[in-house]
Amino acid sequence: MGVTAGESSAQEAMLDVRVWHGAEHGEFRHYQVPRRDSQTVLDVVTYIQRHLDPALSYRFACRVGMCGSCAMTVNGVARWTCRSHVDQVTADGRLEIAPLAHLPVVRDLVTDMRPFFDKWARAKGRFQGATTRSDPVARVPPDTPERRAVDAAIECIGCGVCYAACDVVGWRPEYLGPAALNRAWTLVNDVRDVSRLERLRAVAAEGGCLSCHSHTSCSERCPKKIAPTAGISGLKRACARAALGGEL
Amino acid sequence: MTPARRDALLWLAQRWSAAVLALCLAVHLAVIIYAVRGGLTAAEILGRTRGNAPLAVFYGLFVVAVSIHAPLGLRAILSEWTLWRGRSQAWAMAALAVLLFGLGLRAVWAVVQ
Ligand code: SF4
Ligand code: SF4
Ligand code: FES
Repeated sequence: MGVTAGESSAQEAMLDVRVWHGAEHGEFRHYQVPRRDSQTVLDVVTYIQRHLDPALSYRFACRVGMCGSCAMTVNGVARWTCRSHVDQVTADGRLEIAPLAHLPVVRDLVTDMRPFFDKWARAKGRFQGATTRSDPVARVPPDTPERRAVDAAIECIGCGVCYAACDVVGWRPEYLGPAALNRAWTLVNDVRDVSRLERLRAVAAEGGCLSCHSHTSCSERCPKKIAPTAGISGLKRACARAALGGEL
Repeated sequence: MTPARRDALLWLAQRWSAAVLALCLAVHLAVIIYAVRGGLTAAEILGRTRGNAPLAVFYGLFVVAVSIHAPLGLRAILSEWTLWRGRSQAWAMAALAVLLFGLGLRAVWAVVQ
């Protein structure tokens, strides 16, 4: 209080924001957005849509890092925007916000996630059990190596950040990518699952885990601190063992 | 053989050939550095290599590892950077393997015969 409207707007710090408009072809548009405390990149995008450009398209749902729908390219780096604070991503108040890389752009900041999830299906990312709901619940001891491997990889929210960060996805469009392979790894280690061999065949085929360069961009970028690189190395070893044993 | 098994075995072949190459290269470089202390002539080299069976075996192994490793690496690079895939690419890489093997063995033969 005690500060007039004129003074406050004169002192108000502003962010210089460039936002992608269009689909594959388009342009960056420029906006000035007031700087706030604890402001997230998603807050910035929402401000633009509510106050400056109602036609701007973007996607989010939970705002708390659970749904995986808000990922975008922020200053050249793939991030979940709802939990990326502005002060973590820019030092000079400039932001460039673009759609996630390696996916078709539907419009503005919205990408078509179908190729990403189609690859989960190709990697046999669906659990296949042998029991029914009337059987007793399986007991999986928490300290077995398999269960630990699952624990380390299971919290994926399907945000696509790792997929956008992986160079091999850009070079080989058929490459399954870190998230689908990470999912396959959790199932290969699920002692209740019965389609292990089929899954190993799917991930050893061309464009599967053997194409990974282990350069760890995915692990570096994953907001859930998952290390898909480690899971993919595990898949490579499992595939090699199965190939030597004549099972593949 | 399923394509998945073939690809997994080729991947293993590339890993193992890389391990052999790393070892061979280390020995190769160490021997060169040791041997050239105080200069070396072609005649001196040939004097040591002619009829040297262990040397022939060592470099023979080196050549085998190169002939396996290089075409597999090139295959991966081609698949990433060009649109050339499939059967014709596989045959070309097989031809490269034979070529490297032939040229390599010829070179080994030239110094040990
Ligand atoms: S480690 Fe593998 S999956 Fe991860 S970014 Fe590198 S190539 Fe992609
Ligand atoms: S592994 Fe991490 S970065 Fe990749 S989709 Fe899952 S949560 Fe997102
Ligand atoms: S909005 Fe749900 S993770 Fe960001």
